[in-house]
Amino acid sequence: MSTLKRSNPLFRNLNAKIAALPMIATTLVVFLGCSIWTVVYSFTKSRSLPLNDFVGLMQYERLFRTSRWLISLENIVIYGVFALVFSFVVGFVLAALIDQKIRFESTFRTIFLYPFALSFIVTGVVWQWILNPTMGLQASIRSMGWESFTFDLIAGRDTVIYALLIAGLWQGTGFVMVLMLAGIRSTDDEIWKAARIDGIPTWKTYLFIVIPMMRGVIMTTLVIVAAGIVKLYDLVVAMTQGGPGISSEVPAKYVYDFMFARGNLGQGLAASTVMLTTVLIIIIPWAYLEYGRKKKG
Amino acid sequence: MTSELLHDQQKPRTYSFDARPHEPAGAKPAKRLSPARIMIYSLLFVATLYYLLPLYVMVMTSLKGLPEIRLGNIFSPPMKLTFAPWVKAWDGACTGLYCEGLKVGFWNSIKITVPSTIVSIAVASVNGYALTNWKFKGSEVFFAILIFGSFIPYQVMLFPLVIITRELGIFGSLSGIVFIHTIFGMPILTLLFRNYFMSLPPELFKAARVDGAGFWRIFLVILVPMSLPIFAVALILQVTGIWNDFLFGLVFAGLKNFPMTVQLNNIVNATQGVKEYNVNMAAALLTGLVPLSIYFISGKLFVRGIAAGAVKG
Amino acid sequence: MKGLNALLVTAALLASTTFTQAADLEVTHWWTSGGEAAAVRVFADAVNNSGHTWVDSAIAGGDNARPVIISRISGGDPMQATQLNTGRDAEDLIRAGLMTDLTEVAEKEGWADIIRPAKLLDSCRYEGRIYCVPVNIHSFQWMWLNRKVYEQNGLAVPTNWSEFVQSAPTLRDKGITPLAVGGEPWQLSGMSGVFQVAVGGVDLYRKIKAQKSVEAASGPEMRKVFQAFADARDLGDNGHVGRAWNNATSMVITGKAAAQIMGDWAQGEFSMAEQVAGKDYDCLPGLGMNPVLDTGGDSFFFPKPVGDQPDVVKAQLEMASLLVSKAVQVDFNLKKGSLPVRGDVDLNAANSCMKKGIAILSDPENILPATEQSFSSDTQGQLEDLWVEFFNAPEMTVDEAQARYAQIIEFAD
Repeated sequence: MSTLKRSNPLFRNLNAKIAALPMIATTLVVFLGCSIWTVVYSFTKSRSLPLNDFVGLMQYERLFRTSRWLISLENIVIYGVFALVFSFVVGFVLAALIDQKIRFESTFRTIFLYPFALSFIVTGVVWQWILNPTMGLQASIRSMGWESFTFDLIAGRDTVIYALLIAGLWQGTGFVMVLMLAGIRSTDDEIWKAARIDGIPTWKTYLFIVIPMMRGVIMTTLVIVAAGIVKLYDLVVAMTQGGPGISSEVPAKYVYDFMFARGNLGQGLAASTVMLTTVLIIIIPWAYLEYGRKKKG
Repeated sequence: MTSELLHDQQKPRTYSFDARPHEPAGAKPAKRLSPARIMIYSLLFVATLYYLLPLYVMVMTSLKGLPEIRLGNIFSPPMKLTFAPWVKAWDGACTGLYCEGLKVGFWNSIKITVPSTIVSIAVASVNGYALTNWKFKGSEVFFAILIFGSFIPYQVMLFPLVIITRELGIFGSLSGIVFIHTIFGMPILTLLFRNYFMSLPPELFKAARVDGAGFWRIFLVILVPMSLPIFAVALILQVTGIWNDFLFGLVFAGLKNFPMTVQLNNIVNATQGVKEYNVNMAAALLTGLVPLSIYFISGKLFVRGIAAGAVKG
Repeated sequence: MKGLNALLVTAALLASTTFTQAADLEVTHWWTSGGEAAAVRVFADAVNNSGHTWVDSAIAGGDNARPVIISRISGGDPMQATQLNTGRDAEDLIRAGLMTDLTEVAEKEGWADIIRPAKLLDSCRYEGRIYCVPVNIHSFQWMWLNRKVYEQNGLAVPTNWSEFVQSAPTLRDKGITPLAVGGEPWQLSGMSGVFQVAVGGVDLYRKIKAQKSVEAASGPEMRKVFQAFADARDLGDNGHVGRAWNNATSMVITGKAAAQIMGDWAQGEFSMAEQVAGKDYDCLPGLGMNPVLDTGGDSFFFPKPVGDQPDVVKAQLEMASLLVSKAVQVDFNLKKGSLPVRGDVDLNAANSCMKKGIAILSDPENILPATEQSFSSDTQGQLEDLWVEFFNAPEMTVDEAQARYAQIIEFAD
């Protein structure tokens, strides 16, 4: 600690600030600026172009009268909970398996990760085929003789969201695995040696020693996965187009559809504002906890 | 300087786990066929099936002719094998007026991806470093807004960013698209680096300060070599995201720099024309090859115990 | 890039020899598939031969292209010409003064007299001025039937919707899906428009689409439309989620399904599969009940260049006039599989289904406005959501759906 006193605080701050300048500018101008822009124009009746034609809460009233929006909200909650849990569990288990000094590690890692590299416009089509009861798995297995086999998640209004989940996890868990692997690999070899000497089983070492040490990576993964859930869009467009009916609509799709395809910027931005406010409500307590910890530390 | 670090490393760690006296670990027991190994490989095998099934369908579809695809049996291997869709995807598929396939945009994609990846990772890793080791007043607030920024849907920012880049005079140019990718990469990448740097033993940084190393020196000589796995993750994330982006490429890169994904989208996304699924699949697989090779190559960066290794070696 | 370079060289040569103010015209459009590309080539050649240079910017998918087009125009980096759907997509941009006024050419060439149906030009008109040029007509009012499915099962090929519905149970027993339905929302809303004409009648259609009559929207005729739409739920299969329109067409071609309600572009799929109209498949305009056509399609807009660039504006006007010229219209529409916007051209090369279409268009009484000409994209979107929800929610009653429909029409713009 005494070393810090020796350095010139002004100089130190200056250097870090210069380095952080791009970040500060981006934060203020782009992210804060765009958020304010979004909120302001959500109170207008802008159509294709932003107009200063203020109409109060009209867009919000319409938003919450629209059954499509309400279904979108419900869907994103269900999808979000499952996607979070499974991303972490599957991602971590795969990373731990890969970490077992297995042969062909690079091959396995690439296999789990490749869905991340492929255009979702195309892979979404493939999943839609596979899950489609008349041409996919169900049809194939039935044609092999098992006539009563049923696998039609995508066709049901209450189950279609799980069909999205299967494809979404397929695409995203590989990256979670890579993050987890980076976290696991950053822990020291010594830990493993020591654990082995103590006779601690491998799974316990992961669960009670390695995971607590990976707090940073886990927080990062949490934000990445959560941001991905909030922005969920491509998957739905490629696989179900929101169907059957409007039962797999999601908020981000509502925003884009209204902003561009339907030329109702005001309505799209109102939906976007509701999404961002929800995120804020979740982030603020978290940030508070973070700072609280820092000050104590 | 390294001697200082060495001493620091040898001190008891902050880990909750109490390290017992070191003993030679020896070679890992070669449990080739133990039940545990069989279990591990069977789990990996099941996971592999789930991950490869769609790839199988894609490859099979890309090797069939259109009449066969119309029959709708997606799992059956091609009755009449053809590589024409692959040739067409690369060399002859039409996108509007020009029927020259994906190859047209390949170099543009490289031109966009290389600088965008480098700049965005460089900027964000320095951000993360500044936020971890050189905190200044308010730095946490900026960080929180940045995290919030990762939740804003991209499309919402389209209009404001067109105006910003136009005012900066970089709209419709290579610099414009690099700028945009740097901005959109910033929240997640900064978070990635900041959280990783936080988890490194702080003694390293302090010892380097004692040795009189400055801002950039500590970063380049000590932190970067210790953080190879997270740079690998950042590389994977950025190469994938930038290579596959087409909306920003289309709006901000300018007509001369249209990336390959513009062609890909044009090939696969035609609404009212005949859909050539075999060409679509081949095109998607071809486009995915570049990120895929990055995944494979970056594997070398996932090294265990870099922290200890760098110091001892 | 060879093609592009050659093109640029030719253009440069042309530009240097003639002293007219040749301009580079960047054109955005979403015609990217093989057949569409061939059609675009017709336009491009015409423009290039006139001494200007067509710089092609194709972006597949209207939903992808629209944000790019709008953000570039409003961001001050406009292309010189762009495709948009005939309709009200560009209203805001026109109002903001961002589009080149084409009235001068339109009046000189008498577009009002040559373009048919006249309605088509109306959707380019804003406060009496012309801002776009329609280039083709697409109609949704078609049903496509696989003849062999009927013949092999000892059934007569239906000639209208009622006969089709009667034959459905027999088909079902044979394991054939009577109606191939797709999962993209526009497919269902398009189908609703077809039912509105076929079941509800032309009057109903006009009253709602042209006069936005709430009375008609909540009347008994409209109720029949909803009832027919509800009945159609049972004619499909459960694999329709997300299904692309052409996959539904494939079902008809391969005999897995008997029929599909889809626009005239479906014909491309049939001809790709080497099916012959009248022999392998049949087409029924207006479901065989009311053989009329609605007239959707595409138009070109010409965004105003930034600053004072009279050369560019002049080139834009020249291009607009080229797009509706006779030879270009014939060539383009044969390749595109759509109908030309002018009636005074000769289309002998068309197939029997296209000829049916041309015959229908020859009587102005048979021409209906398309939904995108009647309603703003916002209202269209609300209607689309309703039809899609209704089709997939068996518990939603006809009365409930109709009440919501009437409400949307009441506030429609």
